[in-house]
Amino acid sequence: MSSRHFLAGILVLSLTAPLLFCGCGAVSEAGTGIAQAAGVLTSSQAASINRSVKAVEKTWQDLTPEQEYYIGRAVAAQVFQTYPPLDQPPANAYLNLLGQSLAAFSDRPETFGGYHFLLLDSDEINAFAAPGGLILVTRGMVRCCRNEDELAAVLAHEICHVEKKHGLSSIKQGRLSEAFTIIASESAKQMGGEQLAALTREFEGSVSDVVMTLTTSGYSRQQERDADAAAVRLLRRAGYPTAAMVTMLERMDERLTDTGGLGFAKTHPSARSRADALRATAAGGEKTPDTVRQQRFSTAMQAIVARR
Amino acid sequence: MKIKVFAVLLAVCAGAALAGPMSVQVRNGKVRATPSQLGSVVASVDYGDKVQAGTLEKGWYPVTTADGKTGWLHESALSKKAIVMRSGTTDAAAGVSSDEVALAGKGFNEQVEKKLRSEGKLDYSWVDRMSAFTLGADEIAKFRAQGHLPGGAQ
Repeated sequence: MSSRHFLAGILVLSLTAPLLFCGCGAVSEAGTGIAQAAGVLTSSQAASINRSVKAVEKTWQDLTPEQEYYIGRAVAAQVFQTYPPLDQPPANAYLNLLGQSLAAFSDRPETFGGYHFLLLDSDEINAFAAPGGLILVTRGMVRCCRNEDELAAVLAHEICHVEKKHGLSSIKQGRLSEAFTIIASESAKQMGGEQLAALTREFEGSVSDVVMTLTTSGYSRQQERDADAAAVRLLRRAGYPTAAMVTMLERMDERLTDTGGLGFAKTHPSARSRADALRATAAGGEKTPDTVRQQRFSTAMQAIVARR
Repeated sequence: MKIKVFAVLLAVCAGAALAGPMSVQVRNGKVRATPSQLGSVVASVDYGDKVQAGTLEKGWYPVTTADGKTGWLHESALSKKAIVMRSGTTDAAAGVSSDEVALAGKGFNEQVEKKLRSEGKLDYSWVDRMSAFTLGADEIAKFRAQGHLPGGAQ
């Protein structure tokens, strides 16, 4: 390395290194501007550094809907390794009618690939929202619901996790910084083998972060409260009685106590505390479920509820 | 003079009504006759397509498609960034570092998924099956009507 380049390196590092931590892009560009003015950087070198600094600043919020879609597909595929899908076409068709009719009333009705729903062959009481709108519900969770209105409450909660991109927010920043740096240097054409391998590693890590949050560590209590509150608004907009959210949580609380707190209890605040928090805003409305909704729920989910 | 002021005001209002060009950021966007997900579909737009958008109203943009069709698109389907389809053209290359331009297919993409599939790390067969569960607005409207759910309010 020539002394000129070495000096340029020190100057640029001293100007930009603190900024990598404070995340101040405007100042970092000024830094490279100074280095350029001092004649130690060519304009293309400065542009390249600015681009990498910008890449470091990127967060999960900068993932495009298209990238969210590919993450969500891999998350769902990984969840299936532990929770196998339930191959029950009539039940899955009903679940999609209910779920997609609710998603139409979400604040985010459009995702890159749309909302799709699937039952999982597990007695565990659980539900997962993969980024982008792939929503998975266990047989155990369906059994907590006495009617369509309560199942709608479960799905509304999961749709709101997608709407608020809670899954993406669980990806570790370090991985994203690495990924965005690779992406920033990626050429417009197909990625080279090394770039693709490195990006795939970060992708796998990101997917694991989301799966870990969905299945083991759980979202933050605040995120759960936000999803609950948004779900109540969504149910109201879609015409479902919001009290179903409270009754579903109460029933889940009973069931979770019976099963010793597996699944949902592991990743969510207690169903009882969630029901208590919602009672003031969500209680009231229809006391008796609509007979048509009750009937179609029972018909579609008969086989699921019966297998105990 | 009054006519002149009125003309200027009219021009300003017309300008305000047009938010300008926006890009479709979902794979299959549906332009609807009314600002509702349950509204009938008047046109389909694809990822990266440009539309002319008017003023946002309660989450919906009035839009005009490239072939002149008008209707409504939900804001979640649109991006203010120009989305450049990956073609290896100079346009695409220029988009790499711009804040105003997003390059389709960049980053975590189909190529990454293909690599994972080829390595046998993930089985996507059920992901593909569940992604095929799609319903039209008419089927959803029927499901809602039969279930005595009040229709259409967003």
